[in-house]
Amino acid sequence: MATPDIETSATAASTRAGTGTTFTRFVGLATIVGMIALGVFGLLLSPADVQQSDSVRILYIHVGTVWIAYVAFAVTALSSAAYLWKRTTSLTWDRLAGASAEIGVLFMALTLLAGSLWGRLSWGKFWVWDARVTSTAFMFVTYVGYLAVRGLGGSHQQRARRSAVVALLAVLEIPLVHFSVKLWRGLHQDSSVADRTHVNLHGLMLFSLFISLIAFTLLYVWLLMHRQRVLAMQDAIDNTGLDYALQQRRDEGDL
Amino acid sequence: MFRVARLIAAKDLRVELRSRVVTNQVLPFAAIVMVMFAFALNSDAVVSRVAPGLVWLATLFSLLILVQRSFAIENADGATDALRAAGVDPSGIFLGKAMALAVQLAVLELVLLVSAVVLYSTELRVGGIVLLLVTFVAATVGLALVGTLYGGLAGGVRGRETLLPLLLLPVVAPVLIGATRATESALGTGGATVADGWPWVGLLAVFVALFSVGGTLAFGPLIEE
Repeated sequence: MATPDIETSATAASTRAGTGTTFTRFVGLATIVGMIALGVFGLLLSPADVQQSDSVRILYIHVGTVWIAYVAFAVTALSSAAYLWKRTTSLTWDRLAGASAEIGVLFMALTLLAGSLWGRLSWGKFWVWDARVTSTAFMFVTYVGYLAVRGLGGSHQQRARRSAVVALLAVLEIPLVHFSVKLWRGLHQDSSVADRTHVNLHGLMLFSLFISLIAFTLLYVWLLMHRQRVLAMQDAIDNTGLDYALQQRRDEGDL
Repeated sequence: MFRVARLIAAKDLRVELRSRVVTNQVLPFAAIVMVMFAFALNSDAVVSRVAPGLVWLATLFSLLILVQRSFAIENADGATDALRAAGVDPSGIFLGKAMALAVQLAVLELVLLVSAVVLYSTELRVGGIVLLLVTFVAATVGLALVGTLYGGLAGGVRGRETLLPLLLLPVVAPVLIGATRATESALGTGGATVADGWPWVGLLAVFVALFSVGGTLAFGPLIEE
């Protein structure tokens, strides 16, 4: 049986044994150090809050994850625009957008989870119909939909174009949803969440939050690099599989 | 572009007039949903308080069916492919299908409003008629635009109808909020005044403006495969 030709579009990824490089290992180590530091500062060194006592420590996770979710969705939007812009069109942008959206959805889920646990401790409720909470949930569902669109099938170019357009429509939709939910709440609720949960951040608490942002950003970069390469490998497998099938048909013809 | 849109809209409406799927299936569905709401809420006072919201919820559920129907007739015998192969402007297809959908939605909403008056003892008031009319027009156009946009995306892929609600419902949340509040104001539900309603119409107008431009631009790349 003849060896199938390997298509070139994702060859770089297909010839590599894994998704790790010296750089990813460096970022990975830095992430571990950052997470340990976050654990030490968040759980041990920083004081409990006067009003919220120990539940304030959930915020060191919550703020980090929501930051990453926003960064990830911004990267998805920018990469999608880069794919659609003719001069920079490349499937690498599409895979970057997809990888980033997957991480964003994961971290948005963690944000909602940590937020509702914190809400249960601080407000006695898992969920409040606050504008920011509600539009965050909408954002989560919107990107779950985006990932579903990515899974629709078709050629890689079809997937890329379709999902890039959907990602840009999400940029149109999210501010509108946020604005309308805000109007909706604004007419019903006297005090906003921000007033009720005002936390005087200073000293070690603020420092722990900074560590949280840094550690989660490192984690995001590390996950993004690996995931993007895994997606490139999957595309390469699709291409190789197609070439292999073509080659088999050709071989049958030769017999 | 607008000539194409008119032709497409006329074609869609002619198909609906002859097949009678909307009148025989979708309208009765919407009416039974209104009855079901009354069963679920089980209180005359509650039902008449939330009637505007129920009208718009029933509209959204029916919208999902109408959009699927609108693209099922295109995909059944490869009509979309044929239109594209003939070099028909995708923006024209988009606007045309949205126009046809808007007409069908308008008929549906009229039926829902009448059923709210009959079933939920909703009362129309003279001072709110203009607000009510403008709200219904703006919301209908907005729903038709996004419905067509995401319908084109989900409809182009066979066997993926389940995707449409997931994509469409989060997007139309502003319409549900805006149209419900404005309708409450027009009807005076819960003591709302007519003046309270106009800012919500503004929200609907922004929605229509954004998605008429965004949809016209995005529809082509979405259906070209």
